[in-house]
Amino acid sequence: MMITVLVFLPLLMAAIAGLGGRVIGHNAAKALTTGGLFVSAALAWVTFVGFWLNGAEATTVPVLDWIESGRLSVAWALKVDTLTAVMLVVVTSVSALVHLYSWGYMAEDPSQSRFFAYLSLFTFAMLMLVTADNLVQMFFGWEGVGLASYLLIGFWYTKPSANAAAIKAFVVNRVGDFGFSLGIFATFMVFGTVSIDAILAAVPQHSGQTFSFLGGQVDVMTCLCLLLFVGACGKSAQLGLHTWLPDAMEGPTPVSALIHAATMVTAGVFMVCRLSPMFEASPTAQAVVCVLGACTALFAATVGMVQNDIKRVIAYSTCSQLGYMFFAAGSGAYGAAMFHLFTHAFFKALLFLGAGSVIHAMHHEQDMRFYGGLRRHIPITFWMMTIGTLALTGFFFTAGYYSKDAILEAAAASHTVHGAFAFAIGAVVAALTSFYSWRLVFLTFFGKPRWAGSEHIQHAAHDDHGHRHDNAHEHAGGHAQHDDGTAGYHPHESPISMLIPLFVLGGGALFAGLIWHENFVGAEEGASFWRGSLAFNEHLMHAMHEVPAWVRWTPSIAFFVGLLSAYYYYIRHPDLPAWWSRELNGLYQFLLRKWYFDELYNAIFVKPALWFGRMFWTRGDQQTIDRFGPNGAADVVVAGAGLARRFQSGYVYSYALVMLVGLAAAAAWMMR
Amino acid sequence: MPILSIMILAPVVAALVVATLPGGGQERAGRARVVALATTLAEFGAGIWLWLNFDQSSAALQFPEQLQLFAPYFSWSLGIDGIALMLIELSVFLMPLCVLASWEAVQKRVPEYMAAFLLMESLMIGTFAARDIFLFYLFFEGGLIPMFLIIGIWGGARRIYASYKFFLYTLLGSVLMLVAMLWMVGQAGSSDIGDLSRHDFAKDAQFWLFLAFFASFAVKMPMWPVHTWLPDAHVEAPTAGSMILAGVLLKLGGYGFIRFSLPMFPDASAQLIWLVFALSMVAVVYTSLVALVQHDMKKLIAYSSVAHMAFVTGGLFALNTQGIEGAMVMMLSHGLVSGALFLCVGVIYDRLHTREIGRYGGLADTMPKYALVLLFFTMASVGLPATSGFVAEFLVLLGLYQTSTWATFVLTTGIILGAGYMLWLYARVAYGKAAGEDTRAMPDLSAREIAILAPIIIATLWMGIYPKSFQQPMKPAIAAVVARLEGRELATVPTDMTLSPALPAIESAARANTAHAEGHH
Repeated sequence: MMITVLVFLPLLMAAIAGLGGRVIGHNAAKALTTGGLFVSAALAWVTFVGFWLNGAEATTVPVLDWIESGRLSVAWALKVDTLTAVMLVVVTSVSALVHLYSWGYMAEDPSQSRFFAYLSLFTFAMLMLVTADNLVQMFFGWEGVGLASYLLIGFWYTKPSANAAAIKAFVVNRVGDFGFSLGIFATFMVFGTVSIDAILAAVPQHSGQTFSFLGGQVDVMTCLCLLLFVGACGKSAQLGLHTWLPDAMEGPTPVSALIHAATMVTAGVFMVCRLSPMFEASPTAQAVVCVLGACTALFAATVGMVQNDIKRVIAYSTCSQLGYMFFAAGSGAYGAAMFHLFTHAFFKALLFLGAGSVIHAMHHEQDMRFYGGLRRHIPITFWMMTIGTLALTGFFFTAGYYSKDAILEAAAASHTVHGAFAFAIGAVVAALTSFYSWRLVFLTFFGKPRWAGSEHIQHAAHDDHGHRHDNAHEHAGGHAQHDDGTAGYHPHESPISMLIPLFVLGGGALFAGLIWHENFVGAEEGASFWRGSLAFNEHLMHAMHEVPAWVRWTPSIAFFVGLLSAYYYYIRHPDLPAWWSRELNGLYQFLLRKWYFDELYNAIFVKPALWFGRMFWTRGDQQTIDRFGPNGAADVVVAGAGLARRFQSGYVYSYALVMLVGLAAAAAWMMR
Repeated sequence: MPILSIMILAPVVAALVVATLPGGGQERAGRARVVALATTLAEFGAGIWLWLNFDQSSAALQFPEQLQLFAPYFSWSLGIDGIALMLIELSVFLMPLCVLASWEAVQKRVPEYMAAFLLMESLMIGTFAARDIFLFYLFFEGGLIPMFLIIGIWGGARRIYASYKFFLYTLLGSVLMLVAMLWMVGQAGSSDIGDLSRHDFAKDAQFWLFLAFFASFAVKMPMWPVHTWLPDAHVEAPTAGSMILAGVLLKLGGYGFIRFSLPMFPDASAQLIWLVFALSMVAVVYTSLVALVQHDMKKLIAYSSVAHMAFVTGGLFALNTQGIEGAMVMMLSHGLVSGALFLCVGVIYDRLHTREIGRYGGLADTMPKYALVLLFFTMASVGLPATSGFVAEFLVLLGLYQTSTWATFVLTTGIILGAGYMLWLYARVAYGKAAGEDTRAMPDLSAREIAILAPIIIATLWMGIYPKSFQQPMKPAIAAVVARLEGRELATVPTDMTLSPALPAIESAARANTAHAEGHH
């Protein structure tokens, strides 16, 4: 019962706020959705504590029959076990805080109730995803979060870039869903069911078998896992299908924190963990997951080093951290993957919301080249962002320290080639992570103010009445010229509704690892914590604790390498980065343009699709089919008997009727 | 009570009444509208009565009627199974909405217009209820005549060309089918559809008969490459005409396949799946790409219809329970969703009198209710779970996968391309900024328009969340068709039936189905 309320309350509130927002007003809509989410979050924590401390039993609550056909039987049902409980806590907590945060962030937006309705709708879809007891319901949640993501990325729909980003997100995710769908079809053919429990129970009897796929004989488990993994890649923005995530930053910043950092993008990791016994049955699939995750981590980190938009840096960081989660899963350490998912939700949501606070203070200026010295103006945001950065870069005893260490140690301890590869890449990426994260902090909060040249700030400073995107509390218009790079504008700290979520998430970023690491990845406690909800490899967890000291120290060394080089380049010698980018312009452009993925995809998918569409339409339909078909026939008719006029007269219809009746009657008469 | 006869004849009577109404001008038009609405609502009521009194556990014909006309080969023989029932429900559900949609949009020769629609309703119900193959033929082909009139008289600028094209295509196919029917009746000695579906025609004869019927049904579907009449017909037809065309007339081809081709020529069907799959695969990719580059809203939706209909053919010729049930749900779902999409186009066409996508924009600001409804149907069209479109696509592809992974692979790309063209359409219409002052000045949905769209939204959600209500009546009839196909030798096409561990799909599916049917007895 509790789980039903937990899941459906956000849907109910979304419907009320979305359909009735104009009637009940913004404040009522905001209060209902936020209140609903806090109730759900409270219930989620009760559920989680039940699994964490009290050894609650996994349950499945049936809701309604859904699709039945032949031997296929799919029902709406809510499944809760430890894995789900972890996700419930992550989803509802971050969502509740983001709802609260949006009171301040979206305070001047004319469509607030629509925004809050979308947020709650998203939360509902995400909850359906994590409570799914079968693949089809998971797919429902999967596409549902895709819809909400589409709506929220395109929330400011008068901006062409936001619309383009929204469509891109949906369509690229559909490419992933294409794989996911085929995976479900193939799974059903092999297992005769889509129930996750039944599938996982039957994995042993099908592993090692082959079936034919697109004309070739392939290993059943490898094929199924890879198809499903394509879906995971789409949702979790892994290399190849990642291109939508940075563009998704067009959405309002609270959305980026909730959907594109803490919850939706981790759905792929959740799926792999949920189906981990299947992946365990296919070493090939595991290797693919591991290697692709490592490559994504590296790719995104390199791109993140040179971006100037504060949100894009964090977006690439998310992409990169998701790569960590996947290579943990590919190494067989599903507990470590979930652990990083859990801690990452806290510190990445914190970083995004902190960035939102900076953007809010800077009149929607997102370019870090126009920041600088902000720690004196917005000190609370500064300290919270610093905590988030410490956790992300894995400073001692913060949340990220435990989870990232666990991942790297698991990769090293897995004693496979791909594990060793992932460990090496992961260590490098840890240093890069530390570099770009501290670069962000130094560019934003240290040095001298540089925002005099920012259009957004100038706009705000000279516009006495403010404008649509203008959320500041006071204007500094009409001041004389200032030479300190501030143009007379002094940023202000965000309102309390935006700071409370930062404090709460900051607490999580500092202490989540300390509190729960034994449960998630401990060799003894882990098994009793997960209780079969994912494939928990105790042997690997033991091996993790026996890796050589240099492996254990690697992440910490990486932390300092990154921090010190960021300090050197952005505090001590702020001119050096520009010099390097000129010296190595080719490399710099390559990274700045994100390895040219967008250009490549545009050239090989988008443009040809439009070209073929036009070609089929004009050359195919008009100049071939119509020309030799009906138009050709018409020409013959016109030339032959001048019947065309009769077609226009309308008599043809009576003729046709007479003809049909006559034919049928004659036929019947003939056969008497 | 001969309920089916009453349902077929009542609209004819109403059409006569409407056509001969006294009075003049506006008054006459007003009366015609009221009579048409009352009749279609009564038909809808009768449809609900049928549904409630239908025995959902039986594949047998229900509400049978028999009246010899030209014994022994042509009789007024009616009766419905679950498949026919659900298609009749779709027709009677859409009809009152069509009348309402034309309430203000049509001002020219209103009584004749309403009469044409009533006649069409009669012929559609007749098509689905006919048990005699010649009676079916009459209704099947006759149903096009009111449609020619609707396009030819109340259509747009190029209406003559469109109706001519429509006529030419369909006539060509139907002549072949009629010849095949004559031969079949001569062979089997009966014109009863039930008898014919139990008659085992020789395998080589089946091949030619299949192709003759295929010519007719493929045009009606429409399948690539005989689809080019559809975009023109849709573009020129008035809104309600498009609704019926997409909603019901496009279902005649699919109905023909499941009623005739599959049970009467099971061996040929199994042997020729490669033909159907190939055409369906081409259709999905080809028409989706064409839809992507359209500037005319109605053309875009028309091309998307062709792609959706390819899912129907793919599902039917998967020759298993999931595929055929999915194809049936797809027909119902597409009837609702594409009907509603044409209605949505009609709503803004009535205001701005253009179908040019570039002339719109920013409707989310100026017409928020409309934008929400259009978003809903856009999502239903791309098959978002919890809408009817998902259940349909999912079952079709799930069934098809068991027969051919290649066909499934190609058809599934439709979900990517479909998202592309529909979302792009939506973005250009609803998002961004209004193209002009006249666009910005368009009023939001009226109460009448909401009253038309709301029932379709409810039905679409219902079918998406609890499709059982709609699937249950059809299951026994579909099980009978699958049983008829059981054990037929499938074509050795480049598809992959050699599954280890599974068996050839057609057998296992049929077996599951027999088990299902047994469960009912």
